[in-house]
Formats: sequence, structure tokens, C-alpha cells
Amino acid sequence: MLKVTENQEVNFSEEMLAQFGEIVSHYPEGREKSALLPIMHLVQKEYGWMSVNAMDKIAEYLNLQSIEVYEVATFYTMFHLSPKGKYVLDICRTGPCCLVGAEKIMEHIEKTLGVKEGEVTEDGLFSWRGVECIAACGFGPVLQIGPEYTFYENLTVEKVDQLIAELRKKEQEK
Amino acid sequence: MSRKLLYEHINVPGIETFEVYRQKGGYRAVEKALSSMSPEDVLEEVKASGLRGRGGAGFPTGMKWSFLAKPEGVPRHLVCNADESEPGTFKDRHLMTFIPHLLIEGMIISSFALGAKDSYIYVRGEMMPQIRILEKAIAEAKEAGFLGENILGKGYDLEIHVSPGAGAYICGEETALLESLEGKRGNPRIKPPFPAVSGLYNRPTVVNNVETISATVPIINDGGEEYAKVGEGRSTGTKLISACGNLKKPGVYEIEMGLSVEEFIYSDEYCGGIARGKQLKAVVAGGSSVPILPANLITTTANGEKRLMTYESLAEGGFETGTMLGSGGFIAFDEDQCIVRNTLNFARFYAHESCGQCSPCREGTFWLDKVLYDIEYGKGSQSDIDLLVNIAHNIEGNTICPLGDAAAWPVASAVRHFREEFEWHISHPEEAQTRNFGVGPYADPLVSTVTE
Amino acid sequence: MAENEKKIKIKIDGIPTEVPEGTTILNAARQIGGEIVPPAMCYYTSLEETGGKCRTCLVKVSKGSDQNPKPMPKLVPSCRTTVMEGMEVENITNPDVLEARKGVVEFLLINHPLDCPVCDQAGECDLQDLSYEHGLQETRFNYVKRTFERIDIGDKIQLHMNRCIMCYRCLYVADQLTEKREHGVLFRGVKSEISTYIEKALDSDFIGNVIDVCPVGALTDRTFRFKNRVWFTKPVNAHRECDKCSGNVTLWYKGEEVLRVTGRKDEYAEVHEFICDTCRFDKKKTSDWVIESPKKVQHTSVIASNHYEELKPPSVIKENKKLQESNKEQLSRSERYK
Repeated sequence: MLKVTENQEVNFSEEMLAQFGEIVSHYPEGREKSALLPIMHLVQKEYGWMSVNAMDKIAEYLNLQSIEVYEVATFYTMFHLSPKGKYVLDICRTGPCCLVGAEKIMEHIEKTLGVKEGEVTEDGLFSWRGVECIAACGFGPVLQIGPEYTFYENLTVEKVDQLIAELRKKEQEK
Repeated sequence: MSRKLLYEHINVPGIETFEVYRQKGGYRAVEKALSSMSPEDVLEEVKASGLRGRGGAGFPTGMKWSFLAKPEGVPRHLVCNADESEPGTFKDRHLMTFIPHLLIEGMIISSFALGAKDSYIYVRGEMMPQIRILEKAIAEAKEAGFLGENILGKGYDLEIHVSPGAGAYICGEETALLESLEGKRGNPRIKPPFPAVSGLYNRPTVVNNVETISATVPIINDGGEEYAKVGEGRSTGTKLISACGNLKKPGVYEIEMGLSVEEFIYSDEYCGGIARGKQLKAVVAGGSSVPILPANLITTTANGEKRLMTYESLAEGGFETGTMLGSGGFIAFDEDQCIVRNTLNFARFYAHESCGQCSPCREGTFWLDKVLYDIEYGKGSQSDIDLLVNIAHNIEGNTICPLGDAAAWPVASAVRHFREEFEWHISHPEEAQTRNFGVGPYADPLVSTVTE
Repeated sequence: MAENEKKIKIKIDGIPTEVPEGTTILNAARQIGGEIVPPAMCYYTSLEETGGKCRTCLVKVSKGSDQNPKPMPKLVPSCRTTVMEGMEVENITNPDVLEARKGVVEFLLINHPLDCPVCDQAGECDLQDLSYEHGLQETRFNYVKRTFERIDIGDKIQLHMNRCIMCYRCLYVADQLTEKREHGVLFRGVKSEISTYIEKALDSDFIGNVIDVCPVGALTDRTFRFKNRVWFTKPVNAHRECDKCSGNVTLWYKGEEVLRVTGRKDEYAEVHEFICDTCRFDKKKTSDWVIESPKKVQHTSVIASNHYEELKPPSVIKENKKLQESNKEQLSRSERYK
């Protein structure tokens, strides 16, 4: 059982509801549950993580039991069950990437950000975690950053430093 | 240069757009199929081509299609498996990124052959950029009249929908994929019934890999017989190989089946040899699930024959001395790599990805991970080696879906071929933390003889 | 059974039988009965879609059918494989089956806490019986087991996830007997757990049946908790007029006192008439019930201590050294009980 320590206000905007409707239309009538995964992606994009409120609201929208959404949210690794940094660095930790130095990259990221896997930096900007193979083995080490899941390939310590610096700068300029 | 059937135009600037793809002869196969062929004709061409599933199992595609039940009044579905997650495999992501219309064209032909009017491409959630690319390609194709109602005025209607996963290797298993597509946990279904009878929404369904579906394009353009002329024996056509690990030029290569493994590794047309002038120690030839082979068994079989990139030749020698073509994820290990560490990494992967439904996989993958962790970190005992083999044996063949086998084979084969290295790890626990076992007796001392 | 119903002829461990079309191998074996019946931990006859998961009932199909006599390449779950005309099945006459089963039992036990001394299910636990009959005598798992916190799902039912073997039966109970399912399987792999995600009481007229269908001590009756060991209680069949269920139950007595009420379990520990929570939790006086007769105690129950029956091996085992070796533990046990 998950100990729920945080929650959030969730109110789907008109625009989001329109997107939900469009997604639901891809599946046959009576099979609206098929829209669950894509809708959860949209909600996570908007709210940053999968709070109980968010999941209950999704269940309500799709006419599901809340447990059906919890079951799905805990099965798939892309859904965050607690708040994360604005940028979550998903670094591939599987065999082929490790052959070309992924472990060193992860160590470097941990040191640079100063937080452990899954934690959030003090400024709320970054989290990182090792993920399983993201199908870019020939261009490893590789990481990607949600919500658009942009790939960053052939990583070196320098490239990682540059990436983090750029993201920081982008946030400061806002 | 070997023939390219899928990637002939991969380097043409703008080939990801409808316009350029069309200029290069794209969608000719759809025009041909819809205007001069019946669905049965398309099926016959695919049968004649000898095409086998490119996702890993290598099951003849034409036969799979012919199993599809066609009850009156029940919709049928084609689902494209774009959940590419097998470690070492990245060809589908490559194809969808650089030549998405090839997949869309293949989807139209295949859906037409199967009588599907709503087809789905299930793309793993991590490939959000590829999902956007496919959505754009679908919109372009629709705009040009190749999708939607009454395609090319031939009376055939088709919609293609892209549906995302959300991080689960198991969804590459076709029934887990269907569960996921229905918005559920990716638990593989207990078979029978098979998807051909009761698949998506309990309707007759065919699930095919991205590359398999794309291969129907050259098959329709040139004819199944022409396609079957490429390749070697029952391994017809070309195959996309994702090459990675310690290679000079990792990447996705389209090869004619029958190319020698040696040429693939060492020639400059392909991988260009081992990176940094190192020696090859081992290869996983078909994605992490297939047995690992030491260097001296990958280029030649135990009988001393040249090993070829075909389903049959890679499997030559069975599990004793052979492996499998699998999904074509070709991972090369150089002399600096530790087999124990990599085996642990793969075992961790499968334990992490087990859905947890059936006991041998749920508990067995967890146990393998624990034992290997101890061996890798200097806490193992020699009896652990046989224990590993026995756990793998107890998982293999006894699970609901092939993930059990996929978890067992890498461990069993690593111990089979690299036992000395496991023993050394255990007998030298401290030394093993500071250096690797090295190339050991595994590499063929012969230098490659391939010349350009 | 209608007379014109098509009958299928099959053999299990050499014993011929005829069963209606669509019968599973497991149920065909149950019709024969005795030692050749595969054990089943997740299949449950009265719950649709159960089975296929635990893999304890794996058997070898050595002949697919008369039409296609080829053996099936892998062992198959007998609970989810239907019979075909002429099919031949090997259970205890196939060493690979017994080896695989031993492996499955070991897998089910590596993360099980083995806390039988303090478990309310002790004495009527399918896992206890299974490991007694098929398990290894030593442990090869020397690691920390996965653990979960114990949770109360409502005031009547306790969930002790550490003991769970993930049979999924309790989910089918909620799906098929109650209006809405409020508990489910969370996370995945070895971390999967039965849970409500956020603390929540399960509330429904029939949810108490999750206790009866649970093959282990993962879901237990809080109203019975630590009241007594099951083998000191006396089961008696009884009924009452009930507007929600059949009212056919088993009362578990200690002296004059009804300690708990359960559904009536058959020899495979399955309930066929599910009972409502009023009968289960609120009717604990003898005066609430019409007593029928003492419940027949099956050999699988410790309540019938020393009632383990002698293994009567089919003659094929007696003639075959390899099969004797595979059945060694079972045979030696029957020696002890002689």
C-alpha cells in the first residue's frame, strides 16, 4: 500500500477535456478504458505527477473504479507516484548502455545534482533515475527528459554538464 | 553493397515527409494492392515471400495472417507492435524516426489484406517523439487520400490510431500489448485463445512488429517471389540489425540475410570491427533474451562452418553452441567487459520487467538477480553457479509467456560458456572488484580475414 | 448431463476416463480422483477466469489428440487446457512434471514468511499441504524476503500480504460477486501486491468470501483472529433462511461456542455456494442456525491429523525406477503412515 503524504488540487481545463475527448474517439464505443494510458500521460504532463486526486478524477472521467487507475499507474514505470523535479532525467541503465559507460554517467549526474535517485533538487528543477532500455543502444549512453521525452545520445560527462547548465539557464531567463 | 529493400532511400533529405517519400516511389504498393489485388492476393504474396516475424519469434507472417478468424459481422484488427524494448534492439525506433511513411504504407497494405478498418500502432510511451512523427505521417497520408474513407476511390476505409504505452517491457508480448491497449496492466493473457481468434476487444487480431509490417511494402512492389530471392534458405529478405556495444560503428544496418557474421562485425560497410582496437570477447546476437556466445562460437559454428546472419545459422548447434537471430539486437562485448556483471544487469532487467502474474517468473527472476548480485559483489559461493543453472531451468518453459525463457536463457548460456569467469569471480572476490577477468579462452585468436 | 452431450475419451497417467467436451484436464483428473489429481493454487471452479497463474498444476500432454497425436512441446497448466479426443496426459507418471512442480513450490516459498506457528490459516492452508507433499526439505534461498506491512481492510478482514502467493482469486471475488472492486494488484513483478492503494475499508455484502477463496493466510477473518487453532475446532454444516445467500455454511465450534462461519468447502477446498457477510460475520450463535451434520473432514486437512492417505501409485510407477525416484518423497511418506 502506498503511504499518501501529498496530494494536489486537480481540475481539468476545457482544453484538456477536449483533448481527452479526441483520444477517447480513437477507440470503439464501450471501450473508453483504452484511453486511460494516453490520458494519464496528458495529466502527468500538466500536473507533473500522478496524485491520488488526479487518478480519481481520471477514473471519474472514464467511468472507472479508482482502483483500476491505481493498478495501471503502479504497473507502468513512466508514471510518477510522488512529486518530481520539473526535469526528470531518465538515464538508461541496461546492459548495452553500461558497456559504453552509462554507470559513470549516472554517478556523475548524482554528484552534479547532489540528490539521490528519485529525489528532487532543492530548487525543484531536477530529478534523475535509472530506467531500463529505451531502445537507443547504438547511441549510448543515452538519457531522455519528459514530458516530451527528448532523447540525448552519445552522452559524455561534458555533454551532461552542458545539458544541465542549459536547462538551468533556461529556467533563470523565465 | 547489399540490396536495401527498406532503407534504399533512408539517406534522402526529407524522406520523413510525405512529399519526398512519395517522390521516391512511396505508396506505390498501396496503389497496386488496392487497384489490382484482392486481400487474398496480398496474403498470397506475403506467403510467397517467406517473410518471418521480425520482432523476435521469426514466425512466418503469411501463416500468422492465415490463422485470422473471420466471423461475420465482427470487426478485425491489425495492431502494430512498436513497443521495442528488448535490450540491444533499436531498429524500430530508427525506422519510425527516419522513414515513418514506410510503416504507414505497410499498415495500409496489411490492414487491407486482413480486412481491418481500425488499426492501431502501439508505441512504447518513452518514444513520445516517434509518436508525434507517426501522428504527423498519418495526417499527411490522410490528407493525400491514402487513409480515411474510400481510399483512392477503391471503396476501402481505414483509420490508423497511435496508442502509447507507459514503460513496461512486457507489453512487447503480444497479449500483454493488447491488455495495455485496452487500458489495463500489461499482464500477458493465458493462451488459448490466441489473438487470431480473440485479441483486441475479444475480436480477431493480428499483432505484427514494425519491421514486419514495413517489409510488406517491397513484397507488394516487387512480388513475394522476388523478395524470397533475397536471403538464404528459409531466411528470406533483408533484416534490420541494431548493432551496439563495443563496435567501431554501432547503428542500424539493413543486411541481406545470409551475410556472414564475421563480415558484419569487421567489414567497413557495417560495424567496422571492435572499437578502440580491442579484441572481441562475446556477442549477444539477437537482443538480450537470446543466449550469449563467446567470440570463438559467433563467427564459426562448432562444426567449423562460417556462421551467417540467418535464423538457421545463428541457431546452429542448438543451445549448446548456438543462439538465435531474435529481434536482431546485436550486442558486442570487448575484452574489457565482465560477463558476470552483464549477466547481473540482464537478470536485474528481467526481474524489474516481470509482470508478476505467474510464480516461476515472478519469484525466479527475483532470485536470479539476488544470486548474481552476490557473485558480482564478492559474496558468492561456488555452489551458487549450479544454483543459477537450476533456477533458470525451473523457470524455463514453465511460465505464462516467453519472458520466463528470456530471463532464463541469458543466465544459463552465460554460465555454460563463461563458467571459468564465474568461478574466478567467486574464488577471487577482492580481485574481481578491481579488475576484469579479461578475454580468457573465449576469443578466437585469428585476426579477421575480411578484406574490402 | 444430457445424454446426447458429446463425451471425450482421454487418459491421465494411464487411467482412461470420459468427460464432456470443454472439460479441463484438471477437472477430468478430479473426476478420476486420488493421487493423479494435480494440485491447484490459483484455479477456482466457481470463479470464472481463474487459473493459469500459479503453475502448480502443470502436466505433460504426451499425446495431443487422435487427430494430432504430437505431444505438446511445453508442460501445460491443466486448469486451463481443455481435453481433446484421444488426449493422453502424464502427471505423476512424468518426472519432468514432478520436477517442475517441485520448482514451483520452491518459488512459492522463497518469499513466503513461513510463519505458520502464528498464522490463522495453519492447518487448512493449501500452501502448507502443497509444500508438505511436493516441497524440498531444505531451503536454497538465503536472502532477505520481500516484506509488506499488514493492513486491516475494514474491521472484518485482515490482509497479510507477506503470505500472499498472488493467485488473484480475491480479485475475481470482488469482480464477480460484488458491485464494485475496490482492491486490486498494485506494482508489478516481485513487488506486486494486493492492496487498496490508499487505506480503504472493503465494504460489500459478499466481500467476506475473499477469506474463503484465499489459499493461504493472506486474507483472514479478523473476528476469528487468534481465537483458536483450526485443528481444535469442530466443523459442523448448518443452514439458515437468508435473503441474500443460500445460507448453507460450515460452523466452526469450540465447545459450545461458534468461533467462525465459512462457506462449505469441498475436498479441493473450494466453495460452490458463496455466503453473504451477514451469515459469515453476524450470526455466531447456535440459535441462528439449523444444524445438519458434522462436516466430513478431508485428507488434505490437518484437522484430520494422521489421516494422510497412503499413496496408491498406479502400477506403472511400481515398474519404473525413474518414476519411483521422482515420487520418492511421496512414497516414503506413505511408508511412514503404514
